[in-house]
Amino acid sequence: MSNRIPLLTVAVSFAMLAAVIFWVGTRDQSAPTPAQAKTANAAPAARGDTTESATKSEDVAVSGNAASERSEPLPGAAQPGAASAADDFAPPTRSEIPDDEFGAMVRKGRDIFTDTQQHADQFVGNDLQCANCHLDEGRRPDSAPLWAAWAMYPAYRGKNKHVNDFAERIQGCFRYSMNGTPPPRGDEVLVALESYAYWLASGAPVAKNLPGRGYPELEAPEQPPSFTRGKQVFADHCALCHGRDGQGQRAADGSLAFPPLWGPRSYNWGAGMHRVNTAAGFIKANMPLGAATLSDQQAWDVARFIDSQERPQDPRFTGSVSETAEQYHGEHSMYGQTVNGVVLGQDAPPSGTAAKVNQP
Amino acid sequence: MAIRKCTLSALVWLLSVSPWVQASPSDIANQGLGENVAPCSSCHGAHGEGNAAAGFPRLAGLGAPYLEAQLDAFASGARENAVMQPIASALSTDQRSAMATYYSQLSAEGAQASKGQSDNPPDTGAELAEHGRWANDIPACVQCHGPAGVGVGEHFPALAGQPAAYLEGQLRAWRNGKRPGGPMGLMASIAAKLDESDIKPVAQYFAAQSPAPAKGLDHE
Ligand code: HEC
Ligand code: HEC
Ligand code: HEC
Ligand code: HEC
Repeated sequence: MSNRIPLLTVAVSFAMLAAVIFWVGTRDQSAPTPAQAKTANAAPAARGDTTESATKSEDVAVSGNAASERSEPLPGAAQPGAASAADDFAPPTRSEIPDDEFGAMVRKGRDIFTDTQQHADQFVGNDLQCANCHLDEGRRPDSAPLWAAWAMYPAYRGKNKHVNDFAERIQGCFRYSMNGTPPPRGDEVLVALESYAYWLASGAPVAKNLPGRGYPELEAPEQPPSFTRGKQVFADHCALCHGRDGQGQRAADGSLAFPPLWGPRSYNWGAGMHRVNTAAGFIKANMPLGAATLSDQQAWDVARFIDSQERPQDPRFTGSVSETAEQYHGEHSMYGQTVNGVVLGQDAPPSGTAAKVNQP
Repeated sequence: MAIRKCTLSALVWLLSVSPWVQASPSDIANQGLGENVAPCSSCHGAHGEGNAAAGFPRLAGLGAPYLEAQLDAFASGARENAVMQPIASALSTDQRSAMATYYSQLSAEGAQASKGQSDNPPDTGAELAEHGRWANDIPACVQCHGPAGVGVGEHFPALAGQPAAYLEGQLRAWRNGKRPGGPMGLMASIAAKLDESDIKPVAQYFAAQSPAPAKGLDHE
């Protein structure tokens, strides 16, 4: 008690000092802005493999190349009207789904697309929804929208070296992006998704590569994509939502709000998004959500970072990582490469294991 | 000006009555802290549930880092509000932090959807809240604030059941530069992209939602 008084005197003088500092400090204080990522000076990736000019992701079956025909292939988030990239085609609005048997199937397809976990659970082996990668319910240009995809099939795909119809294309998404078991041909889940895509494409020309299809193809970056710089971009621009550990976040009601970017509950080593160039294009156009303002270099770097993390095994795994890499993984894949002393794919959890419901 | 004077006298006064420096968060919440800090509960409710009629927001169950950042912003003047600025300024940094933790740990169950003006939220509010307007690069509000605005993690506050007038006021505050942009400036940029005619309907939509999240989805 007795030493309280001098303490108090000290405290009061400090308080006066603090108050004055505070007074001065508030004079033209403006809203603090988060530090922008300064990644330019970071060390280049240790492995530093050069990235050639990005080739169109083999996941989009194309004859012409819509992305490169576009004058403005990379709409920044700040510009209103990303849809202007697809001026010549607009899908029907949500309220226009017809009120008949066909409309009911379209709605079912939309529900599966936006809440795959709930409506097609038996075919899904991770925590993702179709709409996590195809934003705005599969409508957003430069987010591989369904309306631009529908009339481009059947098409030859390098990935499986034969002509695929639309149903088989969707089966591929279940197998790889959703790390699951594809619904069998004729299954209502496929019919519903086809109905939804077909309806969204109402009035679209057949076999014409519409602007906004797929994800934008970025120019090769000035510097080879770097894991180290990418890690910093991730911390500054992504971790807030996807979590520091990349495993996403749930809302207060337990539903998934921000999807996992790697780990056992994300897309597997066979998915299009695991390719650094595809992820870079997606990220540049769509992430951070609602504020897609990264530079091309940042998008390449962070894509390299997230696609250098372990995730479920490639379903085509032959039993050997190097053999699987040789057979199925091209220059934009980190699969089989050594990052921080670990061969990626070596410790991958088996594909499709995370399914929750008894599978056929 | 008045605020700064207030702050100064508050600080001096505060330190001259040292017992209050040791007041616990629940003491401050329920009894206040001397002249400058009325009990939080008198405005924010006994359980931090808020007061819809008066437009005082609920604090219960919001993330601690979020609440702390708001109290700090009131104290620094970056977030402008005539009622909260003197109160936050009269608390020490540690007290602000302790109050944030205290309210983050209270349950949202006590809070109620703010009835009255928002019984029938207009459809336009629901459309924006649930689907966004991607043609203007506006994601659905629920993508960051959770289904029906129940909140996500520590940085994305619940909107469900907050008074409509309060929500409206915040959207306007960002548009008028009276509130800091928050993490990555995300919310300030979204508020700037809204049309004036969006604000009321979307505020009414969230005001009408139930603040207590319905758990029990089959995840995990
Ligand atoms: C992890 C992200 C991801 C998820 C989840 C996902 N996809 Fe995809 N999808 C892709 C990528 C990547 C491509 C290829 C786009 C590219 O290479 O530009 C693609 C392509 C497609 C295409 C062909 C687009 C075109 O223009 O040819 C369709 C159709 C499609 N996905 C449907 C679905 C459906 C249905 C689901 C849910 C069952 C789904 N996707 C889930 C990432 C994803
Ligand atoms: C404001 C929150 C937020 C931020 C910040 C953010 N994302 Fe996302 N991200 C989302 C949401 C929400 C989705 C799902 C989109 C949907 O369903 O409409 C998503 C989806 C994704 C996906 C596809 C789905 C998956 O899980 O693989 C990738 C990849 C991704 N984000 C990468 C990034 C990267 C890289 C960054 C940083 C540059 C980033 N995100 C920043 C919210 C965010
Ligand atoms: C006289 C009424 C009153 C008292 C007492 C009061 N508040 Fe507030 N509080 C308000 C009002 C009004 C707002 C809304 C301010 C605005 O519109 O920006 C608010 C906002 C807040 C917010 C921001 C909430 C959000 O969602 O962003 C926090 C945090 C807060 N008060 C904490 C406290 C604490 C802690 C105390 C007690 C130490 C307290 N308040 C006492 C009226 C009061
Ligand atoms: C990209 C993510 C994101 C989206 C989308 C988003 N918000 Fe927010 N919102 C935030 C963040 C982050 C905060 C916290 C800001 C802070 O810390 O100051 C916030 C805070 C708010 C607040 C203040 C809450 C309080 O207690 O004071 C309101 C009101 C709000 N948002 C309304 C909306 C509305 C309406 C929409 C849809 C039009 C929306 N938000 C969409 C990220 C988002």
